[in-house]
Amino acid sequence: MSPTDPRTPSEGGTPSDPRTQSEGGGANDPIVAVTELRKSFGENHVLKSIDLSVAQGQVLALIGPSGSGKTTVLRCLNGLEIPDGGRVAFRAGPSVEFGRPVSRRQLAALRDRSGMVFQHYNLFPHRTVLENVIEGPVQVQKRPKDEAVREAEDLLRRVGLQDKKDQYPHQLSGGQQQRVGIVRALALKPALLLFDEPTSALDPELVGEVLHVIKELADEGWTMVMVTHELAFAREVATEVVFMDGGVVVERGHPDQVLRDPREERTRQFVHRLLNPF
Amino acid sequence: MDVDWELFWTSLWPIVQGGLTGTIPLSLASFALGLLLALVVALMRLSGNAVLAALGRAYVSIIRGTPLLVQLFVIFYGLPSIGIVIPPWPSAIIAFSLNVGGYAAEIIRAAILSVPKGQWEAGHTIGMSRGLTLRRVILPQAARVSVPPLSNTFISLVKDTSLASLILVTELFRQAQEIAAFSQEFMLLYLEAALVYWVFCLVLSSGQTRLERRLGRYVAH
Repeated sequence: MSPTDPRTPSEGGTPSDPRTQSEGGGANDPIVAVTELRKSFGENHVLKSIDLSVAQGQVLALIGPSGSGKTTVLRCLNGLEIPDGGRVAFRAGPSVEFGRPVSRRQLAALRDRSGMVFQHYNLFPHRTVLENVIEGPVQVQKRPKDEAVREAEDLLRRVGLQDKKDQYPHQLSGGQQQRVGIVRALALKPALLLFDEPTSALDPELVGEVLHVIKELADEGWTMVMVTHELAFAREVATEVVFMDGGVVVERGHPDQVLRDPREERTRQFVHRLLNPF
Repeated sequence: MDVDWELFWTSLWPIVQGGLTGTIPLSLASFALGLLLALVVALMRLSGNAVLAALGRAYVSIIRGTPLLVQLFVIFYGLPSIGIVIPPWPSAIIAFSLNVGGYAAEIIRAAILSVPKGQWEAGHTIGMSRGLTLRRVILPQAARVSVPPLSNTFISLVKDTSLASLILVTELFRQAQEIAAFSQEFMLLYLEAALVYWVFCLVLSSGQTRLERRLGRYVAH
């Protein structure tokens, strides 16, 4: 499951301590940089000029109230949403300027760089667990099937689902389905993993098994952007927390700072509300 | 009414034979071509291209808004007057395919739309193009949804092929008509034809159930 070059944590960081990378030189060398991203749905200005960059090995947690635009940022990163303006640039990869016609090839190049884990898993219900995982490697990356199967079985073993490989998604629990969703994204060996509220649809007792897998990936040095409401998890796993509200980035910084001692009043209110719901 | 059982039994095989060599191949060929046409029309309507969508809509509207018998007569008896002469069998297959295409296009379109948007997105995020996502992700799921309504269309088609007797195609009903005209036993022969159609449709329905079970094996029951 360890990412391979050029995705291995760069010099200066060790996979077991990804935080050192974001604080070290990694930030100067972002794996993806987003500048002045704008997006409206009709009159609703969801994103009003967002700048973000994600360094190699960094785990960026996007938090904020619903409607703040955090999921839209994530979806713009892989072209599921077409921004109205701005730029998404991958290191040694595609650099797409929005606000002008964007070709399908450019969108495909963007998607090629990232893997996505959905809130509602979005597994292919007509394919078995194993078929879900090898679909991308075999159909898109044109890799030999036996090799893809071997890798998929390894990945499934890593998340404890080797004995479920011939089952259909509906036969699995939500937590199991989401772990398959993560493995499906990993199988393509993307430079960047995107998580869209990966535990929000799960029963509370199933949240842990999914977060556990995500934490392991973080420890292995995968670069991730994760929209989440799990503040405790963000504090433990993220290297940087970005708080969004009303389509802008209100505050960003080290998790301890943003979540414990926010500079902005809006951040303070949001964190307080999430930690003290009653 | 005295039933002439001897006539019943001697005429049964010619009628069944008319079904096996006329009705069934006519239905299968027309259905296969009609489905292909329907898929194209459904995709035209979903393409987002205004011209293609309008063409698709017009086609569906014309086919569904005019009687099948009239369509059949236009092709077989109408076209020769502008110099296009098509023999009975091809005429029947063209008319029935066009007809099935119009109805099945709407079924397939609805079935494609019934697949959640998240499935398209999941396909795109693993790098699939629209075409590949359609083929590998969307259509297999749409197929399951569309089996029951498409089976209805097919069974209707099997019965509608009796209209082909009016353009000289030798099929089940025409066999029954000829024996009836010869023996003057109209009631017996037409009921016998009805019986054979019914048995054919029973067999087809059981095929539908099996197909549904096969395509639905991944769905929770």
